[in-house]
Amino acid sequence: MTRIALRLLSAIPTLFGVVIVTFLLTRVLPGDPAVFFASNPSMSTDDIAALREQLGLDKSLIEQFWIYLVALFQGDLGNSLTTGQTVMTEIINRLPASAELTVFAFLLAIGVSLPLGLAAALRPGSLIDHLSRLISTLGVSMPTFVTGLLLIYVFYFLLGVAPEPIGRMDPFLFDPPKVTGMLTVDALIAGDMEVFRAAFTQMILPAVTMALFALAPLTRMTRAAMLGTLGSEFVRTARASGLSRRKIIFTYAFRNALLPVVTTMGMTFSYMLGANVLVERVFSWPGIGAFAMDSIINLDYAPLQGFMLVMAAIFILVNLTTDIVVTIIDPRASK
Amino acid sequence: MKSRAMQDRWDVIRHVVGGNPVNLIAFVLFALICLAALLGPVLAPQDPLATNAAFALQPPSTQFWFGTDQLGRDIFSRVLVATRLDLLIAFGAVGLSCLLGSLIGAMIGYWGGFWDGATSRVVDVLMAFPLFVLAMATVAALGNTVANVIYATAVINLPFYIRLARAEVRVRRGLGYVEAARVGGSGDWRILIRFLLPNIASPLVIQASVNLGWAVLNAAGLSFLGLGVRPPTPEWGIMVAEGARFIASGEWWVAAFPGFALMVTVFTFNLTGDALRDILDPRMRT
Amino acid sequence: MTAPLLSVQNLTVDFTTRSGMVHVLEDVSFDIGAGEIIGIIGESGSGKSVTAYTVMGILDHAARIRSGRIAFEGTDVLQMDRRSRDNWRGKEASIIFQNPRTALNPIRAVGDQIADVIARHTPARASEVRGRAVAALKQVRIPDPERRMAAFPFELSGGLCQRIGIAIALACAPKLLIADEPTTGLDVTTQAVIMDLIRALASERGMSVALITHDLALAAEYCDRIVIMHAGHVVETAKTEDIIARPRHPYTARLLRSVPSLVDRIDELQAIEGSLPDLRREDLPPCRFAERCDRRLPTCDAGKFEAALVGPGHTVACRNPL
Ligand SMILES: Nc1ncnc2c1ncn2[C@@H]1O[C@H](COP(=O)(O)OP(=O)(O)OP(=O)(O)O)[C@@H](O)[C@H]1O
Ligand code: SF4
Ligand SMILES: [Mg+2]
Repeated sequence: MTRIALRLLSAIPTLFGVVIVTFLLTRVLPGDPAVFFASNPSMSTDDIAALREQLGLDKSLIEQFWIYLVALFQGDLGNSLTTGQTVMTEIINRLPASAELTVFAFLLAIGVSLPLGLAAALRPGSLIDHLSRLISTLGVSMPTFVTGLLLIYVFYFLLGVAPEPIGRMDPFLFDPPKVTGMLTVDALIAGDMEVFRAAFTQMILPAVTMALFALAPLTRMTRAAMLGTLGSEFVRTARASGLSRRKIIFTYAFRNALLPVVTTMGMTFSYMLGANVLVERVFSWPGIGAFAMDSIINLDYAPLQGFMLVMAAIFILVNLTTDIVVTIIDPRASK
Repeated sequence: MKSRAMQDRWDVIRHVVGGNPVNLIAFVLFALICLAALLGPVLAPQDPLATNAAFALQPPSTQFWFGTDQLGRDIFSRVLVATRLDLLIAFGAVGLSCLLGSLIGAMIGYWGGFWDGATSRVVDVLMAFPLFVLAMATVAALGNTVANVIYATAVINLPFYIRLARAEVRVRRGLGYVEAARVGGSGDWRILIRFLLPNIASPLVIQASVNLGWAVLNAAGLSFLGLGVRPPTPEWGIMVAEGARFIASGEWWVAAFPGFALMVTVFTFNLTGDALRDILDPRMRT
Repeated sequence: MTAPLLSVQNLTVDFTTRSGMVHVLEDVSFDIGAGEIIGIIGESGSGKSVTAYTVMGILDHAARIRSGRIAFEGTDVLQMDRRSRDNWRGKEASIIFQNPRTALNPIRAVGDQIADVIARHTPARASEVRGRAVAALKQVRIPDPERRMAAFPFELSGGLCQRIGIAIALACAPKLLIADEPTTGLDVTTQAVIMDLIRALASERGMSVALITHDLALAAEYCDRIVIMHAGHVVETAKTEDIIARPRHPYTARLLRSVPSLVDRIDELQAIEGSLPDLRREDLPPCRFAERCDRRLPTCDAGKFEAALVGPGHTVACRNPL
């Protein structure tokens, strides 16, 4: 418990660093947004000055940072210049779409890679072992956006089994009443199976795309870790004690192999957060990745800042979770 | 003694390349890709920029091996010519981050102290971002140019080299030959550059070769999003982005061939990286 | 003499490796009587562990058992199906290892690891298993066994870990315990304590022990009989006092001269010269000691030969014994 609390505390300096980096990065953005908007002929010089003042761009960098920090503490991430909404609202509106997709893809990847890596390690040199190696080498070589397009071509254009890759929902259906913002979950809460099906099928291709990307490191690590524990001395002891195969494989080998695998899961999840942007672009998925891209194109820095912060925060949270899970599995870690 | 070690290394190379056909294929592909990068513009059958409305969106044929795009440009020529730019970005970024990262890492690892702590903090912060997102923001901040894609990719690679070089130097700092050099009157810089850096080169080169494929993916991902390289420059990421519009209507070749080139390149880099690791790193050899 | 508990006959084991076939064991034969403590002695690489692992059936994938019989109470364990073999190991025969800490599951409480074995081999109800695990801990003289049940290997000393190893091995009261260098990783005082514990438990239960070690002095102290191995061959077998007093194989004699406490005068002490032959060779001589031997005769290279009886219970595989 104290370890977890300590770990939480140790994340604070990093979080602060993250705030500084995002602040700096977005302040270096070459386009002064006021100038950008000034290209709009309906704006006068006074309007621009007013806008600059409103954005605080006339103050010194330190002052700006201080203002930014204070606002941040009040949960104020600023306003999006393009949509006029507060960045907080935008992110809250879009995060569920990304979360739904990423989490589903992540579960999918785990569901495939763990058994695959396990089976490969149990029979080195077998067909399934070669398959797992092929997947882990191919998986790291496939650009997500190419995989996504390939899947669209095959399953939408050729076979016609997948829906059109245009977002989260069949345009002829209404969204379920909003609870979590995740359409599949909300549809289930509302008990509307038709909507659930629609939202779910919409999600399959992008999720598979992401999962393929995550498959490689997870399979590779599961296989390697399992090979390691299966060859370890304590598994030899377990075998010499006549323990059942099941017990040896799961309670002894797999649980130990899980330690590096969990760490890899954390890393993979954060890679997926990055890949999100690409996948959302390919499938017109209205998540925060797409949102960030829009703001980059529009030189709208408050949303970009907010996006980077949220990403880093999630990232830190994931690492924390990884740590906690490792602590639960490994008694040595809590020392 | 020396020749003995050389002989061993040759044996390993023969073993790694000859013993495993995959490694051989990887090295051959690697050579071909490098050749394409060098000679691409010479070999290309058509001008990669020449548009021809009469031949827009032609499927692959004997005339246009990879078909043509919406402007009637020859995709084969474009893919071939693009090799140089994509490789330039990848090698540039990896080279930059490897050089800079190992120098920084070696220095803070050798001297420790305040700068060590400070740099490690900064590295922690950099690693707290999803790296691709960080690269995106960096390009957005620095401006949409090829050079900035190289810098951005280098920045997100930097932490790995810093950490690696730091760790390797810390391990070797107290070893006999370093002590001997110190007693022999060598200054810190001399020890660092003459003795330590050459000795940690091997893991760094391994890391770099493994990184290369990743750098290609990263750069192509950025340009796929419209960051960095701009049309009509032939570049694989952009070409896939342009082709993406035609996927849902069945003109697969526009996106597929540059995508395939990207894949083969990354695949080759990953395989050669693994093979190189087998050759250079006796610890990893099984 | 009554039938032995374990009888290993003409065991031949190879390993396939990248650099070729390794002929690790060739025609290894020896017996272990009921209640007997034997020592298996040989320098590093002579095949002691491989012999033990073959008996227990825990060789890794690279190993091939070419031929041989391992009769346990008359049944050849090599012919058992997997189920019966699993039922056999841990119940009838057990093994403890050299490195007690890594031999235990690092993330499972030691009590659970003992309970796993008990639950596997006895029909005991879940509630009884715990009690029996505590009893197993008590048996290896672990202080405060109730509390130790929840401990993890990393919280225990090497000596305690080896006791846990013994508790796991003995939890189901096997008739045979193989101890593969059980004290090599421990400090000297702990070594004696562990060895005394093993001897005491063996005599309490009438259990046979095969003590594997390269420490001839240790074996001389604890064993009834000694089997000397060299490069995958059994070269000499005899009662401990016969081995010490009248070694017949040149290798045994050399071994004896290398042990400080067994030589009469310190200047007789000498290291064993040479090293084991490369077991990958296809042209290994019939006597694998020949290339290090100063009594080698032309007949030594003239085809294979068997170990011969040279005294009561004393066999030697040598053409020109001392
Ligand atoms: N998995 C394996 N693959 C290839 N060769 C092996 C393997 N295991 C053992 N060997 C070989 O078998 C021979 C005997 O090994 P073993 O471990 O039985 O020796 P040992 O007598 O127990 O030595 P030590 O005193 O060091 O434990 C060695 O030459 C070793 O190289
Ligand atoms: S058989 Fe010959 S070579 Fe072998 S130990 Fe005896 S005397 Fe020496
Ligand atoms: Mg051994």
